[in-house]
Amino acid sequence: MLTACHANTHRRSLIVFAVSVCVLVAVSAAACLVGSSSVGPGDLWALVTGSELSAPARNILLNVRLPRVASALLAGGALAVSGAVIQAVLDNPMASPNIIGINSGAGLAVLVVGALAPALMFLAPLAAFLGAVVSALLIFALSFGAQASRLTVVLAGIAISTIFGAGMNAVLIMAPDAYVNASGFLVGGLAGVTLRTLLAPACYILVALPLALLFAGRLNLMALGDERAHSLGMRVKAARIHFLVISALLAGAAVSFAGLLGFVGLIVPHLVRFFVGHDNRVVLPLSMLVGAAFVTACDMVSRVLFAPYELPVGITMAFLGGPFFIYLIVKRRGYSDARS
Amino acid sequence: MRGHDPGVKRAAAVALATEQPSAIEYRGVGFSYDRRSFIESFDLSIVPGCVTGIIGPNGCGKSTLVKMAAGYLKPQAGEVLVDGRPTLGYRPKERARRLALLTQTGRCPSMTVEALVACGRYPHQSHQGSLDEAGRAVVMEAMSLCGVEMFRDHDVGLLSGGERQRAFVAMTIAQATSIIALDEPTTYLDVHACHDIMRLLRELKSADNKTILVILHDLDLALRYCDRIAVMSKGTLALEGTVDKVVASGVIEEVFKVRVQLNAPPAGSVNGVSYSLFPRF
Repeated sequence: MLTACHANTHRRSLIVFAVSVCVLVAVSAAACLVGSSSVGPGDLWALVTGSELSAPARNILLNVRLPRVASALLAGGALAVSGAVIQAVLDNPMASPNIIGINSGAGLAVLVVGALAPALMFLAPLAAFLGAVVSALLIFALSFGAQASRLTVVLAGIAISTIFGAGMNAVLIMAPDAYVNASGFLVGGLAGVTLRTLLAPACYILVALPLALLFAGRLNLMALGDERAHSLGMRVKAARIHFLVISALLAGAAVSFAGLLGFVGLIVPHLVRFFVGHDNRVVLPLSMLVGAAFVTACDMVSRVLFAPYELPVGITMAFLGGPFFIYLIVKRRGYSDARS
Repeated sequence: MRGHDPGVKRAAAVALATEQPSAIEYRGVGFSYDRRSFIESFDLSIVPGCVTGIIGPNGCGKSTLVKMAAGYLKPQAGEVLVDGRPTLGYRPKERARRLALLTQTGRCPSMTVEALVACGRYPHQSHQGSLDEAGRAVVMEAMSLCGVEMFRDHDVGLLSGGERQRAFVAMTIAQATSIIALDEPTTYLDVHACHDIMRLLRELKSADNKTILVILHDLDLALRYCDRIAVMSKGTLALEGTVDKVVASGVIEEVFKVRVQLNAPPAGSVNGVSYSLFPRF
């Protein structure tokens, strides 16, 4: 009976995985088809299988829909995994890349490059990564230099986030042309992303994601606390810096093209844990799938809701995700993320 | 966790064990928090194959001592040897294959009992993947030894205090080290759960010849179940020796300001003697 019970936990994770993959594929396909100009499922199928396709349909799919869907998938997957990693590393369910200032560090770096050296905008992903790492290391120094409590870490993060946020607004006021579509950048939006601008951040993300997933088991050890992890033979400080840099890489790359998409990094890991528990070897890959599907779906909605106008995806995400997150918090029973 | 009289085999074990080199050795160790000298020129040898209890009033440096052995805290003077080598000279995983430290229960992680116990296998894995067949067997054995295998799929946080502590001890056992240090493993446990843990420690010692170092606040438990006792007072070692020697010396009376009275067991009891303490004011 015990083995049966054990097998059930395993099977549950597998089912959730399978469902997530199906949802992700369905959402991606739908997002390729939905939009102001009509493209049919047949056209998409023809593109996938490489058969004959009308030139306008091909053009729309390759140059409009595909970059859009790819950017939503990448941003969602990267930010959700980044959030899951940060929550585990800081042992803090309230943490996420936007709350502890990683996103705003990356955002400020992008805007500063845009204002001072617009010609170097191709370096935006690198700048975003550096900004994110600076924030992450600041948090690290603040929280572990002073043996700070989990609340202190979040408060320090909010302070850092506020400072960098003020920096971003200052840049935008003094150099209004620093960034095209700056209002979309501040709430997070995917309008205007092309395959070319997506290339560099995509490489960052595709390197960092496997690194995060591969070492997910170590995050479980960190949940035991520093002393216990140390006595199990883990180099806790080194591991913590390693994970913070990976999550900064993920969040920075996403912010460089998608702007300050915050919410996904906070709610997706919580949503995933609600269904499959706290084993990070399951939570991380599932967060990637669910985060990608969530942002893609929200982006699709924000394109069609007020067509021909479109909302930045960050707004739709907050409107859809916010109430759902509140529902989860209120409804959870037996689900605990913040046991002290 | 079968019952046995802890007092019986004590003398023989002690005589045998003193022939070997120390499991943990403190050599002139000094340690201070915030530049205030706390532990000074501290010397102590932990006899292998024994259950050694460390007792002492609050804040006398007991936890600091075991954390230095595990390399978590670095002494400012002197050195700590584990199995004859400086503990800081070991690679972290190598040290964790020799010495396991169960720290005081702080935050309770959100994971199943089996996942928790499997964490104990970390120093034996080259990378953190899934366990191999042998590793799984060790985890199962540790769980059944501690009597938590029926909770293997339960969340650690949903267990009672005694069950949770046994799960943590199981994790420590899964580490398969020859030395196990435990920092107040019986805190917050009811009487029976305390005795359960202490019996388990004795069983580990006698079955696998492990060296057990255990910090205890409950003097009765310490004197009943340990082979040897180290009494600490304000960062110094007051006395280390066999239980009988320590009790006879009167050091406990002095350090804890209590009178110790030895009670014979009631007729038919297999629990050996007990100790009552009467505070002096």
